[in-house]
Amino acid sequence: MKNQLLKYGALVTVVMALLSGCSSTGTETDTAGAGTSVPSSQVSTGSVSTEGVTATTLGTDTAVPRVFYFEFDRAVLNAESTAALRLHAEWLHANPVNVRLEGHADERGTREYNMALGERRANAVRDFLISEGVNGNLLEVISYGEESPASLDSNETAWALNRRVEMK
Amino acid sequence: MRKIGFLLSVCVLVTCWLPSASAEFAIEITQGVDNPTRIAISPMTLGGRALPEDISKIVSADLDRSGLFSSISRQNMLSFPARENDVYLRDWRVLGAEYLVVGDVTDQGGSYKVTFSLMEMAGGRKLFTKAVDGKAAQLRDIAHHISDQVYETITGIPGAFSTRIAYVSAIPKNGKMSFRLMVSDADGARERLLLASDEPIMSPAWSPDARELVYVSFETGRPAIFRQNLATAAREQLTNFRGLNGAPSWSPDGRKLALVLSKDGNPELYTFDLITRKFTRLTTHFAIDTEPNWMPDGKSLVFTSDRGGAPQIYKLTIASGQVERLTFTGSYNARPRLAPDGRTLVMVHRDKGDFHIASQDLVTGDLRVLTQTYLDESPTVAPNGAMLIYATKQGSKGVLAAVSLDAGVKFLLPATVGDVREPAWSPK
Repeated sequence: MKNQLLKYGALVTVVMALLSGCSSTGTETDTAGAGTSVPSSQVSTGSVSTEGVTATTLGTDTAVPRVFYFEFDRAVLNAESTAALRLHAEWLHANPVNVRLEGHADERGTREYNMALGERRANAVRDFLISEGVNGNLLEVISYGEESPASLDSNETAWALNRRVEMK
Repeated sequence: MRKIGFLLSVCVLVTCWLPSASAEFAIEITQGVDNPTRIAISPMTLGGRALPEDISKIVSADLDRSGLFSSISRQNMLSFPARENDVYLRDWRVLGAEYLVVGDVTDQGGSYKVTFSLMEMAGGRKLFTKAVDGKAAQLRDIAHHISDQVYETITGIPGAFSTRIAYVSAIPKNGKMSFRLMVSDADGARERLLLASDEPIMSPAWSPDARELVYVSFETGRPAIFRQNLATAAREQLTNFRGLNGAPSWSPDGRKLALVLSKDGNPELYTFDLITRKFTRLTTHFAIDTEPNWMPDGKSLVFTSDRGGAPQIYKLTIASGQVERLTFTGSYNARPRLAPDGRTLVMVHRDKGDFHIASQDLVTGDLRVLTQTYLDESPTVAPNGAMLIYATKQGSKGVLAAVSLDAGVKFLLPATVGDVREPAWSPK
């Protein structure tokens, strides 16, 4: 475990060196805005800066899972997920970068309920990371419900792959 | 490197009619009533010359699709009368026809006038003669109008043949899905593209005047609610909150939307006043509250909540904030929609592990499973309350199917491009 973390540290240093010359501060706007008119031909979001963000990529060892799986209609993290998330939390604690947590559901059940379920799963990941010391302002939760499946098949194996949160 | 300006290929098209291979839509009726009414629609021509659209064929298909009628094939007809006076009753009685529709078309210099009559064969009497006119591009509208008149006169129920359906189709593109918001006639013809995007499009819902749609689009990188006019294609983003922006439902008076936002932590129901632009929060519960749908009186909403531990359907009285649970049969009931009578609730119901469409009588509480297809979802009731359309799966492809609210008639809608989901039947 210790060795593994040291290895991540080395990797992080390399990544940070690579990124130091081209740090980006782009983040999504998240202010509530009703009635924003959008030209019909083009849609874009504005940008605001976030202080203290120096790296832009999650630098945890790529061998550590970044996709976390769930049971049907449930949003409880399993042991494998919490172990991986502890490693991500440790890295994020030292290297505050923005992270997008994308929640997903399988195709069973209704679409808007699955949007809520995907969000609940992503929130479970967010809350765990915060409980491990990660700054919640770095974490953005987006639910895709059942709209963006990892597998397009319609069987138990596909459904298990689709009930997930992706960390990006 | 996440983000920065999701410059997506979002295109809005208003005049773009998708090339349609043929005007003939093969609708597969999988179940009809035992003794459908036999009806004949005599060919309607311009003094023997064919029109750009075959009106009588469209009327026959409309009536067949209701499941209550069985139209007589043109090949079997012994004569093609255009007017009441040309009708020989024996020509139709021998075919077992109970009703006959004849129509006379005249060219009025750029537009057509169709004078049509409905006759009852048993007594040999005429039930009505009516007239309708329109341009060549409106011949399908003329046909659906004739179907509505015939259907209402014989069944006593207003027809819903002149209505439209909005839906979403997803098409695989470079290993990812590409999404299209479509509108077509209720018979699947005249399919029209409203919005194309590489990010998901969800939850289309009609305005009560059937001139606009609201829907959820992820084109900004996260879900947001948009409003779009069908005639002009003008569109406006209505919400841009952190978290869920979903499940819009237009109030019967056209003034408000009910919708779902999770900006304060978890999904709650809100109304959004389209005139004052004010959001009003309606629910306060740590559970999921979603999928609101207005009761016809505009005073209450039905919605899905898992506040009881699993998704069930509840009713919220807006003025008092009082919440009442409506469904108690089955472990999963969600996405309620009301029939126009305000008494029949339709929903997605999980029955022995399978998802089907069920209806529940809100007075008696009786729940009835209407479908036996696979992964059924998104029921939407016709404005006349006779039928509902829903999304289902055939293999791994999403298709649309229909069932009458008494479960007596079932059919599949014509196959179209991509994975089709989330039908929304226009209110008029």
